[in-house]
Amino acid sequence: MKYLPLLLANLTRRKVRTILTVGSFAVALFLFGLLYTIRASFNQGIEAAGADRLVVINKVSLIQPLPLAYRDRIQRTPGIKEVTYANWFGGVYQDEKNFFAQFAVDHSTWRAMYPEFLLSEKEWSDFSASRTACIAGEFTAKRFGWKVGDRIPVRGVIYPGAWEFDLVGIYKGARPQDDTSQFWFRWDYLQENGPPWTKGYVGWYVARMNAGEDMAALASKLDESFANSTWETRTQSEQFFMASFVKQMGNIEFLMVTIGSVVFFTLLLVTGNSMAMSVRERTGELAVLKAVGFTDTFVLGLVMTESLLIAVVGGGLGILAAKAFTVFGGDPTGGLLPVFYLSMVGIVSGLVATVLVGVAAGLLPALSARRLQVVQAFRRL
Amino acid sequence: MVKIGSNGSSSSLVVARDVSKTYHRGSEDLHVLQGINLQIDAGDFVAFMGPSGSGKTTLLNLLGGLDVPSTGSIIVAGDEITRLSGPRLTQWRARHVGFIFQMYNLLPVLSAFRNVELPLLLTSLSSDERRKRVETALRVVNLQERMNHKPGELSGGQQQRVAIARAIVADPTFLLCDEPTGDLDRKSADEILELLELLVRDFKKTVLMVTHDPRAAERAHATLHLDKGLLTQ
Repeated sequence: MKYLPLLLANLTRRKVRTILTVGSFAVALFLFGLLYTIRASFNQGIEAAGADRLVVINKVSLIQPLPLAYRDRIQRTPGIKEVTYANWFGGVYQDEKNFFAQFAVDHSTWRAMYPEFLLSEKEWSDFSASRTACIAGEFTAKRFGWKVGDRIPVRGVIYPGAWEFDLVGIYKGARPQDDTSQFWFRWDYLQENGPPWTKGYVGWYVARMNAGEDMAALASKLDESFANSTWETRTQSEQFFMASFVKQMGNIEFLMVTIGSVVFFTLLLVTGNSMAMSVRERTGELAVLKAVGFTDTFVLGLVMTESLLIAVVGGGLGILAAKAFTVFGGDPTGGLLPVFYLSMVGIVSGLVATVLVGVAAGLLPALSARRLQVVQAFRRL
Repeated sequence: MVKIGSNGSSSSLVVARDVSKTYHRGSEDLHVLQGINLQIDAGDFVAFMGPSGSGKTTLLNLLGGLDVPSTGSIIVAGDEITRLSGPRLTQWRARHVGFIFQMYNLLPVLSAFRNVELPLLLTSLSSDERRKRVETALRVVNLQERMNHKPGELSGGQQQRVAIARAIVADPTFLLCDEPTGDLDRKSADEILELLELLVRDFKKTVLMVTHDPRAAERAHATLHLDKGLLTQ
């Protein structure tokens, strides 16, 4: 603590430079926080995916259907515990900008397959009791101000027509990464009111395997059982399925890492230059400190601490701003990134990166300050 | 051997034996000091004079442990400082030497108080003890009223007095002054010299001073001349 006045005096010597350097850290870490959040948002489906769930889709493409008759064959496959199925609806609520995922689900099996989505018994029984019933995630319900009892009109695109649903429940996620933007209604309702070509077909199956089963072997077995049929299948783990889905949008991971690396490298140059200037312009003062008895190691520590302090203050402000943005601003895409939050892992990663840049930026100037010879420094003055 | 012992003390505070300093500039050797033999007693006020490049500042740097001789040995207060290096030499400086420079060399971002306090940060003194010592040192140099002013808000003479307060605050064994009046007007220079005399007379400090100014040298108990790296009395 006794060195604090010296430290603060050095940092406030060039206020504008210090503010700009702190600002660089703040902006960089704010950006890092958002990039991390977006990356996590894209990957949330992968993180939330069940480790024991398989997704069975048409081998040609996800948009090609599979016969309902496959349900029983999948169910009978040794190693499979339970099966459910769903269809992508793709309707429009009020405006095309109001995107959210809408699924026609099998109400009798969906709940058991996704225990991470929390609903009361009453909400489930209401869902089972009415063909026009629907359930929305709390993110979407909050987004549109829906309450249980509301009638939700949706314009069908793949399944043309004016569809209306009665909201009987709002589900929550058991974990932060669980997607609460989905909208479910009953598959049998879709069957009754959909066009003829949809009758008897489902979009995909989700199967839970028994504990201890070899997932890859089970997936191969399922696909082999439907080989050489009109509707061949491709079976994947839910995590792999989600990862493939994200990959279809491009290499998000690569994009994020590249942008992040460029930002941090630039930050390193800016801060390193700032610290080098700071040390160079007070060569005489550092020599005086050494002359009166401060050791080389103390001088090194002083410069490193200045660099770290700038980094931590700036980085802390930036990450705090990013957290505030995700909490108060929410998903900036209006629904494409429903799980938009900066996790503790993201915050800690940001702060660790900040400290590393602070150390790296201060290291060369600090070593140069450490090597400074008093006599030579005075001779240069 | 040049012996300075005007105060009748039996033991020498500073002893330099066959001290030489050579700088290497490319293939050329620059002999800045050659065969310096010197003995100075505690409580002396010694001036070093000589033309530019004669080695005055180099000798002062060697005696103060800022530089190391090429050959020879230097003993100060019983410590052979030519055997010390790195952190041990730095610690020795903190304990024994107070430096006063021509350009004051104060830290411009710190107040006079904080500048004077600097050497005390290396001690285990409490904040209150440090404050008392700093106030005492500033009172000695008659600047207690300006303790919260930064160097830029003080005159040259006042800045040098702050530098003197910084030099004496940790009660060092001796003071090394490199042209302490070189950047001051006559009146301020006289004030500084009177202050140095006071420190020698009333506080029993040993002062070694490099100067170009004969009037400054007159204040010293003895004046040594350096010419081309050789010492004469």
